[in-house]
Amino acid sequence: MADSFGGYDAGGISDAVAVQRTLAGDREAYRVLVERHSAYVYRVAYRMTGNSHDAEEVVQEAFLRAYQKLQQFAGNANFGTWVYRIAANYSIDRLRQRRNEDARREAPSRTAEGESQIDPLSQLKDSAPSPERLAGSAQLAEKMREALDALTPAERTAIVMRHWDGCGIDEIAEVLKSNNSATKNTVFRAVQKLRQALQPFAEGRGAARAVAES
Amino acid sequence: MKHTDEEELFAYREGEMTGREAIAAHLQDCGECRAELERIEEVFQALNTMPVPDPGEEYGTKVWRLIADRLPDHRPGRGANWWAGFFMPRRLMALGAAAALLVLAFYVGRKTGPKAGGEEIVDAGKIRERVLVVAVGEHLGKSEMILMELSNAQPAEAGKNLINISTAQRRAEDLVEENRLYRQTALNGGDNAMASTLDELQRVLMDVANSPAEVTPAQFESIQKRIAAQGILLKVRVVRQELRTQEAGSKPAPAQNDSTAKARNKA
Repeated sequence: MADSFGGYDAGGISDAVAVQRTLAGDREAYRVLVERHSAYVYRVAYRMTGNSHDAEEVVQEAFLRAYQKLQQFAGNANFGTWVYRIAANYSIDRLRQRRNEDARREAPSRTAEGESQIDPLSQLKDSAPSPERLAGSAQLAEKMREALDALTPAERTAIVMRHWDGCGIDEIAEVLKSNNSATKNTVFRAVQKLRQALQPFAEGRGAARAVAES
Repeated sequence: MKHTDEEELFAYREGEMTGREAIAAHLQDCGECRAELERIEEVFQALNTMPVPDPGEEYGTKVWRLIADRLPDHRPGRGANWWAGFFMPRRLMALGAAAALLVLAFYVGRKTGPKAGGEEIVDAGKIRERVLVVAVGEHLGKSEMILMELSNAQPAEAGKNLINISTAQRRAEDLVEENRLYRQTALNGGDNAMASTLDELQRVLMDVANSPAEVTPAQFESIQKRIAAQGILLKVRVVRQELRTQEAGSKPAPAQNDSTAKARNKA
């Protein structure tokens, strides 16, 4: 299905042509790019930030930044990939900012109780429901959401880019502003943490399978 | 038999070439390591269970509507100043009189007669700060009004199946954009406490802005509950009161000082 707007057919011109026309001052051509890639960028941003509010902000900001930097866009790369990277960069900034804000909100009560820094993952494990309670994909999805929220911004970005978007280690390293070796470790650490957080559920499923097979 | 550790198994799954053949051979003989690899695989399968909401077919059009006015007038990459977009006519309209005052404040600050040392700069900074206080205060006032109206409205009027919230929705849409700019300004100015409150307000405003124009009593009640759950109305009132105090003071409050931020944190 092709949408028509402003004299353009969304399916009618390629990304490369739309970029060239935008650079020549044709704003309607940029509309083609925005309409074509928004949903994909939203899905990426949602996985990275974990909520619609931040995801929508990331989408808007990514396209605004892409417009401002369009001249830097080499043209030989894919526009979708390029705006994806801008969104990934902004997502990680947003995650870090949100984490700082959350930490500040929680700080007074923690210091009042004289607690030291709490590892969100350990909290997750302590409060983990028993395997019996964790049955069904809805619970697993919720558990996964909690586990992803407990990752650091770099770990979350790394696992989203690697798993869902199939990005290479060098691409992820570029977004994380890190080297390949450290990035591999970040992805591995993310998987380890997710695995630990999901362990009660995995054991529950394993036990259930064993019972079913016996 | 020496087992393959978790990191090696993960690297193997990721297609790492180093030691690949040896690991493959080991996996053929070792059920324990095969099970371990399977458990790693389960994590990736579990990742796929996390749902991502479908933004809808019209999402691209919506994004364009939201950003079109914020694109700079000049061609991309023509080197305009970063603040040029702030002074675009349509954005000024969105920000209303507050932004116009901000421009005026810059002008007045620059035209203040020459004084000794850095006094002129300090004065200009104070004027800008005061104007911003007024502008954010007004913005919070408008937000508070919408939230109050929604919170106090009766969810289910007799004989009505649907409740029209289109007016509140349109006002919330306008405020979302304003709010975003003020939040960014607060962040740039280092007032993280203010930025945090505006961030929470943004979520609620977006909730309202993204709701259907006509909602069922149950949906309306759910909006009210979300407003109440976040306690945003109280937070907005507290910050607004603080800004009023700041505004009423004979001297403009020092820009973004620690005590102000601490007070807001407490709030």
